[in-house]
Amino acid sequence: MFELFIQPIADFSFMQRALIGCIAISISAAPVGVFLMLRRMSLTGDAMAHAILPGAAVGFFIAGLSIEAMTIGGIIAGCAVALLSGLVSRMTSVAEDSSMAAFYLISLALGVLIISVRGSQVDLLHVLFGSALALHNEALYLLGGISTLTLVTLALVFRPLVLECMDRLFLQSVSHLSPLAHFSFLMLVVLNLVGGFNALGTLLSVGMMILPSAAARYWVKSLDMLLLSSCLIAIASCYIGLLLSYHAGWPTGPAIILTLGFGYVISFMFGLNNSLTSQYTKKKHLSA
Amino acid sequence: MLLSFDNLTLGYEAHPAVHHLNYGVKAGALIALVGPNGAGKSTLFKGIMGQIQPLDGHIHLNGIETKDIAYLPQLNQLDRSFPITVQELVALGAWNEIGAFGHLKNSHKEQVAFALSQLNLKGFEKRLISSLSGGQMQRVLFARLLVQNAQLILLDEPFTGVDSRTTHDLLHMISAWHKQGKTIIAVLHDLEQVRQHFPECLLLSREPIAFGATSEVLTDANWLRARKLNEAFDEHAVYCGSHEAP
Repeated sequence: MFELFIQPIADFSFMQRALIGCIAISISAAPVGVFLMLRRMSLTGDAMAHAILPGAAVGFFIAGLSIEAMTIGGIIAGCAVALLSGLVSRMTSVAEDSSMAAFYLISLALGVLIISVRGSQVDLLHVLFGSALALHNEALYLLGGISTLTLVTLALVFRPLVLECMDRLFLQSVSHLSPLAHFSFLMLVVLNLVGGFNALGTLLSVGMMILPSAAARYWVKSLDMLLLSSCLIAIASCYIGLLLSYHAGWPTGPAIILTLGFGYVISFMFGLNNSLTSQYTKKKHLSA
Repeated sequence: MLLSFDNLTLGYEAHPAVHHLNYGVKAGALIALVGPNGAGKSTLFKGIMGQIQPLDGHIHLNGIETKDIAYLPQLNQLDRSFPITVQELVALGAWNEIGAFGHLKNSHKEQVAFALSQLNLKGFEKRLISSLSGGQMQRVLFARLLVQNAQLILLDEPFTGVDSRTTHDLLHMISAWHKQGKTIIAVLHDLEQVRQHFPECLLLSREPIAFGATSEVLTDANWLRARKLNEAFDEHAVYCGSHEAP
């Protein structure tokens, strides 16, 4: 058991760094994913993951495989798409999903064009699928910083964000914080996707946001428990995914996301709330 | 006047939903806002709340600010599947005092407990709003209004989907607010209810049809005119006040 679960982490510093990086992503991306799910914006995370591609690609071609340059590029591209789609939607009364789709498609096409003209398929694969086992110290500092900033921002905008999700008209009637809550939340989505692409890649980092919250909803009901349990599911899946990657020789990103996916399947089949088994098995009922 | 509309026109994509409204609301008034579907009633509330800007004219808030207005939305405007408890939702009524970051003090908790007891919601504190019926949810929103303690209260279809007993209780609460001197405007569809409980009435059908004492406003002739005007939407209408087509 020790050799299976502990030794790979204890013996190798690259595994320790990968675990620390993944825990940092877990405790920040999972709570962001809970709010994405509650706002019925789960697919927005996927769209944003595509949107950061051209920024990361430009960063790559300016400074090579520099984590700082790719991160800054990704943040700029992601923020631009989030802000533009939000502004177009609020100024023209067009639903945000359509303006988001338009801008992310433009951004994705731009990213693929840049990589095709200037790079190689190997570069594209790195941006899309990342490499958790190659995380160096700078990447860990970045992930730690993004994680800290995310948790602090969530704590600051928590109450307006809850109202923005549940009762926006009330929020607009008592304060002017509705746009602040909306846009700072979109910024957090971008930041976490950019943070995640170093370890898992742009396409898989969105899984770190969505799958833990989607699984948690089958087990717990209240918001605080959703936030806590989605973090725990994400951390546990990262640990198991890293071990799978080590023992089976699988790529790390897909191993972690598949573990999360397995957790989601188990949850919707056997979870306590609205799962398949809870709906089709007769249970004792209360008298009132 | 606590609230006045000066030649007010509100609308969407240049089409007026409220057209040339001149009307004043006295402090302490209890007003029913009635009219057919699509008459501009909810749009007028959005204008008062500052959520849409007038196409023409002005809305004057005299001696109050937007934060002094409490708004009860239609039930379908809320995401009732959101995982928040009854107690947490009602406590948000204290927003003007706690804002985005403040902690609930004991006095706020007492206000919440009082509001829940007034609306017969004792024992519901820890329940998620997703487990409530429509009537129970409406009582929760009234409890939040009670905690808000605003001078002007706007109620958008407060009794839709609510049983007669709950409607009776909520009407009792509205009457109590009126006696306390609060100003209340409620969008309603049950004209008999309006006649019994609301002394003043504004009949709107995009254009103001009549306003004043309820018995004088709710006549067959006025209602017929309201229905006809409401159906007069024209995609190819010329600009108001000219013969120029868009």
